[in-house]
Amino acid sequence: MSSLSRDDVAKLAGLARIEMSEDEMVNLANEFTVILDAVARVQEVATADVKPTSHPLPLKNIFRSDVVAPSLSPEDALSGAPAQEEQRFRVPQILGEE
Amino acid sequence: MAAQLAAGEVTSVALTQAHLDRITAVDTDVHAFLFVDTQGALEQAAAVDAKRAKGEKLGPLAGVPLALKDVMAQKGIPTTAGSKILEGWRPPYDSTVVTNLKKNDIVILGKTNMDEFAMGSSTENSAYGPTHNPWDLTRIPGGSGGGSSAALAAFEAPLAIGTDTGGSIRQPAAVTGTVGVKPTYGGVSRFGLIAFSSSLDQAGPCARTVLDTALLHEAIAGHDPKDSTSINAPVPQVVQAARAGDVKGMKIGVVKELNGDGYQPGVRARFEESLELLAKAGAEIVEVSAPNFEYALAAYYLIAPSECSSNLARFDAMRYGLRVGDVDGASAESVMNLTREVGFGKEVKRRIILGTYALSSGYYDAYYGSAQKVRTLITQDFTNAFLKADVLVSPTCPTTAFKIGEKANDPLAMYLNDIATIPVNMAGIGGMSLPSGLADEDGLPVGFQIMSPVMKDERMYSVGAALEAALLSKWGAPLLDLAPVMGGAK
Repeated sequence: MSSLSRDDVAKLAGLARIEMSEDEMVNLANEFTVILDAVARVQEVATADVKPTSHPLPLKNIFRSDVVAPSLSPEDALSGAPAQEEQRFRVPQILGEE
Repeated sequence: MAAQLAAGEVTSVALTQAHLDRITAVDTDVHAFLFVDTQGALEQAAAVDAKRAKGEKLGPLAGVPLALKDVMAQKGIPTTAGSKILEGWRPPYDSTVVTNLKKNDIVILGKTNMDEFAMGSSTENSAYGPTHNPWDLTRIPGGSGGGSSAALAAFEAPLAIGTDTGGSIRQPAAVTGTVGVKPTYGGVSRFGLIAFSSSLDQAGPCARTVLDTALLHEAIAGHDPKDSTSINAPVPQVVQAARAGDVKGMKIGVVKELNGDGYQPGVRARFEESLELLAKAGAEIVEVSAPNFEYALAAYYLIAPSECSSNLARFDAMRYGLRVGDVDGASAESVMNLTREVGFGKEVKRRIILGTYALSSGYYDAYYGSAQKVRTLITQDFTNAFLKADVLVSPTCPTTAFKIGEKANDPLAMYLNDIATIPVNMAGIGGMSLPSGLADEDGLPVGFQIMSPVMKDERMYSVGAALEAALLSKWGAPLLDLAPVMGGAK
């Protein structure tokens, strides 16, 4: 029987960068008890001798020749930016105060 | 419609205008569209008419209008994927599917509603409100591509584009009495398709007949250097197969595990009837077993959330889309946290958290790793089954369309809708749903699913066309003629 506590959900929400209300965390923790039980069924047949599949196609690295091709103009690339300055994306402070 | 256009009996502008009028008349009830590009569609239609007048050689669908699922980027046209986090975003580029549609002179009417980031089976998870099933407005049109399927069933568009990660083309087709195809994984480019689960996502064609679906399939399919998972091989001869509709001597495998308990009686009755018709048309019906399919749903709900937790990390409020909490002194991290709280809906958050958990150290092997092994077992089941049969068949969904709100608070019950469609995505093979009639108990459409091996997509079109022809002669008229009349004449 797998389960998650409210604190586990809080930690996961932090890792996933999603702010969550107390109610949301408690509800998710409750739901996860049921959902994890259901998905844990995969362990019944996933024995050591079975190779994992990550992708439906047997692809190896795909290369292309390195030729210059048209790309987005700076205006187009910035067209969806929430904020911009001097032809750059303006973003909130990333590093802490010195 | 295409024949009338080619013969000059109707112009693309007139046809497009008629569909725009139809959208105006019925879409307040159906809510299939999130954005209608009236001006763009009419301009595109006029350009096609001009080309035709000049005697230019045009594709078979030139001038025919289409509804585009809102998960596909179209330059300059609002593209939200049903999410608040992308509200107002206008992509600076076209997805390859859109490029191919434009190349084939197919007129794009607008963007259709969907579950947020294609996560759902009912279109109730759209941040912009649910779409209603034209057969019964109190019921769901399927999901995630409920907008596309409802637009077809309500005669708002004769063609539509969907995407299918676990059934999002086929299940909506089934519950609305329309046709939908998930091509072989890699058959249609994913470039410009807003990613949910990259190893499962596949765009595909939707229409009201098997032949229209095949024509659209051929228009959008093919190798694309911009998608490294796109298959570099000739497109399967789907149009030829749909025109011939020949199943003589074909072996059709009934998947034992995708029928029986849990499937509504009316769904089973229509399925059995379709098998009899296919046998009469000259196919040999055999039974096959796929013992690991019962684990497909569990594996899917680990793999898809894991991939989505990574894919949706791109919505970070920095380069495009919503940004919340950007006040003086706020850190980038707090802006991300607040934006994603407001921008994502409940189901999306649920899956991101589940995926984050399944991929976290200490749980990776038990969850994501085990799910990947189940994926191998399911693929082996298909390989073995395809040794005994040319195609496999099952009902598309266990039930007909349920009521809006009925399963909204029970994620596991909602997930069960996709029990018969998910194995196809896990193995990357092709799958089609076409209407097989109405369930006696509720009078709602039932879907028949056909599955074909990798890059043998033409086989499902052969079987689909044969079954469609047999059903049509049995009914005497297309199934959609039985749908309730909405907003005046069709």
